[in-house]
Amino acid sequence: MGAQLRELRRRVRSVESIKKITRAQELIATSRIAKAQQYAEAARPYSRTLVAALEAAAERARLDHPLIESEGQPRRSAVLIVTSDGGFAGAYSANVIRQSEALAGLLNEHGQETIPYVVGRKGVAWFRFRGRELGGEYTGFTGKPTYADARRIADDLLAAINTPTDEGGVDEIHIVSTHFRNMVSQEVRARRLFPIMVEEVPAEIHAAETATQRAGNGAGGDNGRSREGAVPLYDFEPSADEVLDALLPQYAGNLIYTALLDAAASEWAARRRAMKNATDNAGELQESITRQANSARQAEITQEISEIVGGADALAAAGSE
Amino acid sequence: MADELNVEVVAADRQVWSGPASIVIARTPDGEIGIMPGHESILGLLVAGQVTVRTTDGSAVVVAVAGGFLSVSEDHVAILAEMAELADEIDVAAVQAELAELGDDGYESARRWAQARLDVAASR
Repeated sequence: MGAQLRELRRRVRSVESIKKITRAQELIATSRIAKAQQYAEAARPYSRTLVAALEAAAERARLDHPLIESEGQPRRSAVLIVTSDGGFAGAYSANVIRQSEALAGLLNEHGQETIPYVVGRKGVAWFRFRGRELGGEYTGFTGKPTYADARRIADDLLAAINTPTDEGGVDEIHIVSTHFRNMVSQEVRARRLFPIMVEEVPAEIHAAETATQRAGNGAGGDNGRSREGAVPLYDFEPSADEVLDALLPQYAGNLIYTALLDAAASEWAARRRAMKNATDNAGELQESITRQANSARQAEITQEISEIVGGADALAAAGSE
Repeated sequence: MADELNVEVVAADRQVWSGPASIVIARTPDGEIGIMPGHESILGLLVAGQVTVRTTDGSAVVVAVAGGFLSVSEDHVAILAEMAELADEIDVAAVQAELAELGDDGYESARRWAQARLDVAASR
């Protein structure tokens, strides 16, 4: 067999095995998307109940909590950047990083310093490579975040916001993460988590909340929300302020947990798409190399025949003399 | 209102239990609190420990919680805990290993949560 033909056949085999791997990755990613969505679904009752309690407490408590209202001009912000641990996910992490840089630029224009808190090895590596200082780094769980992971991040961020700005604390907490809209579309979002934006955030949550309740929540049928959004007059135990103080950190943990789950679903969706493209490409490549191999084989056969025929002719010519 | 409570026990990552009940007993910083149908609206803190829900058919559901909240309004009771486990779900060996791993300098809250689960498991 000719050297060229052998080389082509070897390449066909190697492309074929690459295709098998990317195909497997694609299938894994598909099942992980569904799983991430299930986790997000399971976390919903907690968010709903927590928000209802928070509203009730906020109505009665003093509202000068650092997580609710900031005093004066903010000077420093923590930005939580949610990237992925693994690659093979197209531009997933790159998009998040680009958006976070844009946000940092915007905040800098307004005279704010930013401290990045980075989730995911890709993001950590990006910031490390550029020699940037990180407020915190969290890796090893982006594909399947647990509440404990979110709690750890929330504790660090809350510690930062509870520290006076002059002593290295922050005034605001922002998050840049990817929102899973559906299987084909995910968008990078930058939003401010704390201080809570009083007008905007509750409106969004209300909508989500009434939607989930309409969807037929078994136990939560009649919890005061049904009466045209009136908050029941709660008694607080021990006091509204203390309840609010304890509620807000839980709320922070919840916000970060839901953002991590959202990002995890998006990460798997991005990975699925990247792997699907890779599989398709491998298929095309395989086809074109197979064609080349076939034509090389044909050329070889033709050459062999013409050699035989030429040899026979030469012998015949020699014999007739 | 009806003479039963609508109870939801939710942890941060899942709904642990929900259903109708006749009384809910939980532990607040000031002591134990019992909620029966017709209780006034209340929003209270819970400390790590045991929450007992007596269902309308007379059986008891025991849950270990790692601190959190209790909200009652119009016979709807929500127990909100960052972490919560049904008594039957608690893996004593795993919790003990967790507790041993924490050692003496572990987080106070993590230790209380482990201890609460052990207590609940011991009483089941």
